[in-house]
Order: sequence, then C-alpha cells, then structure tokens
Amino acid sequence: MNLRQLKQRFMLHLDPVLLSGLGALLLVSLLTLYSASGGEGGRVLGQLGNIAVGFVALWIVANMPLHWLMRIAVPIYVLGMLMLVGVALFGEISHGARRWLNLGFMNFQPSELMKVAVPLMMAWYFEKHEATLTIKNYVIATLLLLMPVALILRQPDLGTSILIAASGFYVLFLAGLSWRVIGGLLVTAAASAPFLWNMLHDYQRHRILMLFDPSQDALGKGYHTIQGMIAVGSGGLLGKGYMQGTQTHLDFLPERTTDFIFAVWSEEFGFIGNLFLLGLFVFVIGRGFMITAAASTYFTRLMAGSITLTFFTYAFVNMGMVSGILPVVGVPLPLVSYGGTSMLTLLLGFGVLMSIHTHQRLVKT
Amino acid sequence: MTPHVELKNHQRERYLFSLRLIFCLGFVGVLMAILVARTFYLQVWKHEHFDTMAESNRIFVVPIVPNRGVITDRNGEVLARNYAGYTLELTPEKITDLNATIEEIGKLVEIKPKDLRRFRKLMSERRSLQTLPVKTRLTDEELARFAAQRYRFPGVEIKARLFREYPHSETTSHLLGYIGRINQQELDELEEQGLAANYLGSDYIGKTGIEERYEKEMHGVTGFEQIEVDAGGRAVRMLSRTSPQSGKDLRLTLDAGLQEVAVQAFGDYRGALVAIDPANGEILSFVSKPGYDPNLFIDGIDTENWEALNNSPDVPLNNRALRGQYPPGSTIKPFMALAGLHYDVRSPGFSINDPGYYMLPGSRHQYRDWKTGGHGKVDLFKSVVVSCDTYYYGLATELGIDRMHEYLGQYGFGKRTGIDLEGEVSGLLPSADWKMKRHQQIWYPGDTVSAGIGQGYNLVTPLQLAVATATLANDGVGYKPHLVKEVQHAPSETPAAPEPLFDMHIPAEHLKLVKDAMRAVVKPGGTAVGAFWGVPYPVAGKTGTAQVIGIKQGEKYDEEKVSEYNRDHAWFIAFAPADKPRIALAVLAENGGHGGSTAAPIARKVLDYYLLGKKPQPLQKVVEKAGVEDD
Repeated sequence: MNLRQLKQRFMLHLDPVLLSGLGALLLVSLLTLYSASGGEGGRVLGQLGNIAVGFVALWIVANMPLHWLMRIAVPIYVLGMLMLVGVALFGEISHGARRWLNLGFMNFQPSELMKVAVPLMMAWYFEKHEATLTIKNYVIATLLLLMPVALILRQPDLGTSILIAASGFYVLFLAGLSWRVIGGLLVTAAASAPFLWNMLHDYQRHRILMLFDPSQDALGKGYHTIQGMIAVGSGGLLGKGYMQGTQTHLDFLPERTTDFIFAVWSEEFGFIGNLFLLGLFVFVIGRGFMITAAASTYFTRLMAGSITLTFFTYAFVNMGMVSGILPVVGVPLPLVSYGGTSMLTLLLGFGVLMSIHTHQRLVKT
Repeated sequence: MTPHVELKNHQRERYLFSLRLIFCLGFVGVLMAILVARTFYLQVWKHEHFDTMAESNRIFVVPIVPNRGVITDRNGEVLARNYAGYTLELTPEKITDLNATIEEIGKLVEIKPKDLRRFRKLMSERRSLQTLPVKTRLTDEELARFAAQRYRFPGVEIKARLFREYPHSETTSHLLGYIGRINQQELDELEEQGLAANYLGSDYIGKTGIEERYEKEMHGVTGFEQIEVDAGGRAVRMLSRTSPQSGKDLRLTLDAGLQEVAVQAFGDYRGALVAIDPANGEILSFVSKPGYDPNLFIDGIDTENWEALNNSPDVPLNNRALRGQYPPGSTIKPFMALAGLHYDVRSPGFSINDPGYYMLPGSRHQYRDWKTGGHGKVDLFKSVVVSCDTYYYGLATELGIDRMHEYLGQYGFGKRTGIDLEGEVSGLLPSADWKMKRHQQIWYPGDTVSAGIGQGYNLVTPLQLAVATATLANDGVGYKPHLVKEVQHAPSETPAAPEPLFDMHIPAEHLKLVKDAMRAVVKPGGTAVGAFWGVPYPVAGKTGTAQVIGIKQGEKYDEEKVSEYNRDHAWFIAFAPADKPRIALAVLAENGGHGGSTAAPIARKVLDYYLLGKKPQPLQKVVEKAGVEDD
C-alpha cells in the first residue's frame, strides 16, 4: 500500500465535511483554553491528548459496520445500568455527589457511557419492533430511558440527566411519538407544577428561584452567572482582543476552562466572534441533519437524529446558561470545554454519525 | 401482500420522519436565534452596563490623602504642623471577636486604659468600614514587634499617617481649634455638598476654630491611584495616578509672641483678650482663658479628659473671646461720650454736680455712683477719667435708649463682627423695640439709666469691645476683624489689603476730647494709673467693671463677701501709642473685681511687649536684676 492508498483507507469511513466542522470547533477550543489558562500550555496539551483519544475512538466507531453497533446496543446498555446501580451502592463521593465508580485501576463515570448507550438502546429497540409499533413499545422505550435518568438524577447530576433525558426524548420523538401524547405530557406537567411547588420545602423553592434570578445571591451561587454575563456583555461587538479579557485574566470568571469557556470566547472576541462560533455549531448540526435525512434504516435515522440533536442541546444549554437565560446546570460546551470524558463520548457520537453516513454510501454504490 | 403493506408503511414512516426532522430543524433554528438575540442584547445593547461592571470589578481606586496646610503666625512661627507617625488601626467589620483581638494586641503593644476608652468612644461615632486607631504613635520597638506577628491579626493594620500637632497647645487652642476624626454627621454634610469624593481617604476634618473655618483651603485635593486588582483583591498593576494637591498654608495675623505674653499675663485669671491692629482689623492676639490642649482631640479624646474639660467650673472649652457675653460696664463710657457730642446733648464745657447718685425726674429711686459722695463738678473729660456714673445716668436719660441704640450700633455692638471663626455670638444692644419683642414689656426710663453705664440689658463679647476700641482708635474708620492674613498664594499674586468697612466721620474735636480723656485715665487721677505708672509711650484706656449679681438698693457690694464666681468682671480697653495707634485691645478678667487693678495690668504687659519688645520677666529674675542695680 502506498501513501495515497493509506490515506484513502484512512479517510474511507470519515466524512470530510463533518470533520472540517469538528476541526474548527476543536481549534476554537485550543485557542480559548490557552487564553483561559493565562498563557500556560498545560491545559492545551491536555486537551490535545483528549482530542487524540477521542479521535481514535471516532475512527474506530466510524469504521464499524452498522450491524455491529446494533449488536452491541443491548450489552452496553445492560453494562451501563449495572454500573449505575453499582455507583448508587458503592460509588465514590466527590464534591458531594456519588458519580464515580472505582474500578481499581481508574475512576469511571458510568453516566457518561449512558449518553451513548441510552439512545443506542432505544434506537435498537424501535428498530426491532419497527413493523409493529404500538403504544406499548413507546411505554417500554420510555422506561428504558427513565431508569438510567432516575439513577443519575439521584447521584445527583442534574446536567447529565437532562442531557440523557433529552437524547432519549429525541429518539421517542423521531420514532413518531404521538403529538397527542406529547401534548398530554406537557399539559400534565404544567398542571402538576403548582402542586409540586407546594410540596417543596422553603429552602428548595429558594434554590429554584435562585436558578432563575442569580442576583439574589450575588456572592454565592449567583456569582458564576453574574460574572459570566459581565464577561460576555463587556466583550462588546468586537471583543477585548485575544488574551485581553479582564474577567478571564484577573480570575473573576469561574470555571473558565470548563463550563464557562463560552464567556472567555465571548469576552475576547465579542458579538462577531459569537456569530462565528454559533455558525460553526450550526454547520456541524446542519451536517448531522443531512446525514440523518439520508440515513437508510430506522435505527440509523433515530441514532443520527438523536446524536445531532443531543449535540445541539449540549451547546444550547451551555451557552444559554453562561449568557443567563438558563439556570446553571453543569453542562460543558461540547468540543470546546476542557474535559476528557465528554470529548470521548462526543467524538464517539460523531463516529457513529460517520459510520452511518459512510457505510450506507458504500451500500448504495 | 405482505411486502406491499410493508413498503407502504415504510414510505409513510419515512414521510412522517421527515416531518419530525423538519420540525426539529425549526426547533434548532428558533433556539439558535434566541441565543443570537441574547448575545446581541448582552454584548451590543447592554454593552456599556456590563463594561462598567467589568471595570469596577478590576479597577480599585485608592485615594491619596493630601497634606493639610500648615498654619503659621504673622512672622512665620508654626502654630499647626504635620508630622509622620504610625498607628495601629482595626476594622471592626473584619474582626469577629473585638475584645479578644484587642487583648492579644495588648500583649505586643502597650494599650493604655486611655486608648481603650478613646477607642470605645470612636466606635460609637464611626462611619462604616472606617478603620479606628487602637493605638497611635507607635514606638519603633512596638512597630517591629507587631509587624512580625501581623499575620495573626486579620483586620488590624499598621498605618503610616501624618499627624496634626499644635506646638503652642493651650495658648492657641481657642483660635486655631482642632481637627478630629470625621463622624457620620460630617460625612453626610460632605455628601450633601458634593465633597465626599475629595474626602475618600481623609480621616480628619476641622472641627472648630481656624481649622473648621478654613477647612476647604487647608484640606487640599485628594489624589487617586487606579489599581488593577484580581478577583482575590491582589494588586496586579497601577493603571494611573493623579497626584494629590496639598492644602494651602495659612499665615495668620496673630503674633505668637504676643499671644504667649497675653496668656501668661492672665496668670490664674479666667477671661479673654483680643488685640487688633486698628489700621486694618488684623487680630494680633486672641486669648480665651483657660485654654485646653487641642492635641487631645485629634484622635478622639478619651472619656476621662473629656469629662474633666466638660465639667470643670472654669469651662475651658468655652471660647470667651468669641462667645462670652458680658455687660460692658464703664468701658461703654467713651462711646457714650461720643454719642452725647454727636447728638449735641453734651458740649465739652458742660458740667454737672455729682452728689454720688442720680434720680430720675419725679422719682426718688437713687442710682448710685461707684464713689460714695460723688466726684463733685464733672465735665465730659473728667467723666471719662474718673469714670463718673452719675454723669452718664443723666446723659443716657437725655439721649434716650433709641438714640443710644442707633449710635452705639455703628461701632458694632449688638452685631456679629464677621470674624473668620464659626460660632460668634452677637451680644445685645437693647432698644425699646427689642424689649417689646423679647419681653413684651415697655421700655422704662430706669432701663436707660443702667444702660448708660453699660449695665442692664447690655451684653458685649470681648471681641466686639476690642473691635469697637479699634474703630475708636482709628478715628471711626472700621475694619472687619480677621485672623488670617493670607492663604498661601501663587508667588505672583499679592494678597489684597483689607478695605475699610465704614467711616463714621466723627468730628476731629470730638475725637480729640475723648481720646485725651482716655489718655488721662492712665495718668494720675485716672482709674488705671497704677497699672501704667511710668509707661514710656502714650496710652489711651478705659477701665470697666461688670456686675455679675445685682446689688439691692441700700446695700453695698463687698468683694470679700461674694463667692469667687459671683465677683464682678474686670474690663480694660486700650489703644497705643495713643497718637498713632498700632494696637487696640480689650481685656476681660472674669470675676477679677476692678478693671483698673486686674485687667489693666494685663493690658500693660501686652502693650509693653508689642510696642517695646519687652517680655514680662519672671519674678525671680526681676529680683536678681534689682540686686545687681543695687550694687
């Protein structure tokens, strides 16, 4: 095999369009991390490592034939559920939450695995019963979703459970969950809200109100949001310039390499920079939709749609939180925030997308 | 059959999926648009707001306190200065257990009960987040000891400060006043006047006297350093610096040497003395006895000293020269004489026969002269020299209270003089209108009689009497009395000479007659001859005695029988040299008895020093010198 063939083989199951969008976002990540860590390279190198690992996973998954994915759906889901139960029983406590499982050689966060496993399992389930879908199937699929979500919510990890719930809901929605049921659920939720509110303790209500009005606790929990909004707002139209953000470089901005990295970008590159960044996300999401629309099987359509929409949800929740229109829940900015696990699961997801895209293309030709 | 159904289902399912996907696309589009709108709102619409917040996050403004202006006397002698020193200050908000902290500090640095009491007092009148001194003027040793252990005391800090000092202490207390720590009320006032920014770093403000009146001039303009800080409050770099402008120095009209002499001259007497240059209204000496140590007040006075000053029967905190109101007594007579001449009620040649008392027409009530049996034949000249009461009883009655009110008012009696000190009082120059308004009573002829010798309702401050004397000395041309000669000015400017306030156009012959009579007061036959025996320069003066308690008809005042605080006040007014006056003064010795015997000797010492440069010698030295001469 010469070099050209090698390159062809390497690129065979990758989608260059999607790849360029991901690459651009990862460049934004490295650039912003460098500034957010005050010009020190440590975090950048770390993130490069995360990207490398994630990319290997992406490549492997992209090269997997689709029926392999179908085949591993159930085992992964079962394994994930077992580990979640394990976490609930023997998990390591850190920062007041029980999320980690000590595997002896490493600490593992099973909830991250479920981000992929839950939609995979649900898509597999719908594919299996495609011909004879009844309301019963939707109920069972919903249960498949709610079990892990409940366990993760108990840890507690609001951010991850919201994302998994969303990814599962997208599968249900794309699988054709009746509008009447959706409407019914919405009405029920709205109607029961006052009752739930009355059942809460005062301090719980206070916490919820705080989520929506951070200025009530400007030095405590609201501090993050307020400083984030100051960073974004003070960036202005063109930004303060790369490495020039005062909120970032004088430590006013908390969590600036992780959850609040969007504020760093916003402060230094301004509204124009944000349009560019949102453009990149729209590009990647748009490509995801194209792959979804072109997917040939029920399973691949559900999978591709769920992955794309979950990616969007990630991005929206994070940017909404930093810019103060959503309460603070611990959701990183996908592909940009520093983090190994989320990078891995995200790139795994994109690997699945590419596999769906390239394998059916091969089938067609 | 089955494949057909499946195919149909498949197509329909694809169609439904496409619909759902399009819906999702719309969902994504709407939410993305919301994000764009939100960032536009934050970054473009509200940019200024957040930019300000970001700037106030990172920029910390540190005020730099300007040096307060120095006060000197007319010859450059320093009366109020600044010196650098260290204090130990704490911020109560940052300290959880105040008492324990102070106790701990006490192990390193000596904290006297006095310091503690002062600290408690300051606590009660502090402004929020102000640091309070628990110990001022640290010694080098204490400084080193605390500095080594300061990490143990969060909220306690060593501050380098400029302290105010009044080297002449009690001698100048009533005119200089003092500065003290700014309290909440003063802070509110500064806020109202829009001056709060200029006092951001200032701890002190003028509380009384010159320090209060010239606060604006002496404070200076606060400078600022803009410092960039990080979230932990650590300074990162200095962004800009605006230097402070030192407060302006003041040069007073006061003569510190004269002031010292005047205070000494009082000895143990309480009282007041004001000496003025008649040619321009410059105050040469301004004494209120007893004084107090203004240095005690600067960092907040402790309760013990405060109570001592506040409860003393001698009322040392009362500024007698400015705020003490006393009947002028016989010192009013030269002015009354001029009134008589002015209204042509008395001519120089007119004389009365003084039997030792005066009776109003149609009344049998006797208004007694101070001299039993009377002075015999008395004309205007003699009336001043011997201070004949009977003469003035009659003169007052013929003038009437309203003419007296009008004429004497021109000298400034009954009005504030407008001196550059706060809190001046106006004294009282009675009139029929005034009595009706104040007491709802008509004016009785008897009221006029006692007013004629400066008793009754009449009240003057020592300052007023000094100003009136200066006006008389200056031939009826009056100046506003003032203590500040110049506020430090640019080298090119020269301070404007004071303009006369008014000219009474007193006829020269009237002036000559009254001034000659006043010169005779200090000569044989006059009431102040004892004090001015052998005086080498011409002096014009007038004694006065102001009653503190009323003496009943038919009784006689006996100095020995009345308690010290009820004895008469002794007055003396003078100017010298009489032909070309350089100094005019009024002396009041509280409960001093007769003006000639207690007040006039004080005046003599002051005049001797000012005109001859002669310092009054301590008794011991006089004796030694006498011994040498004997050889």
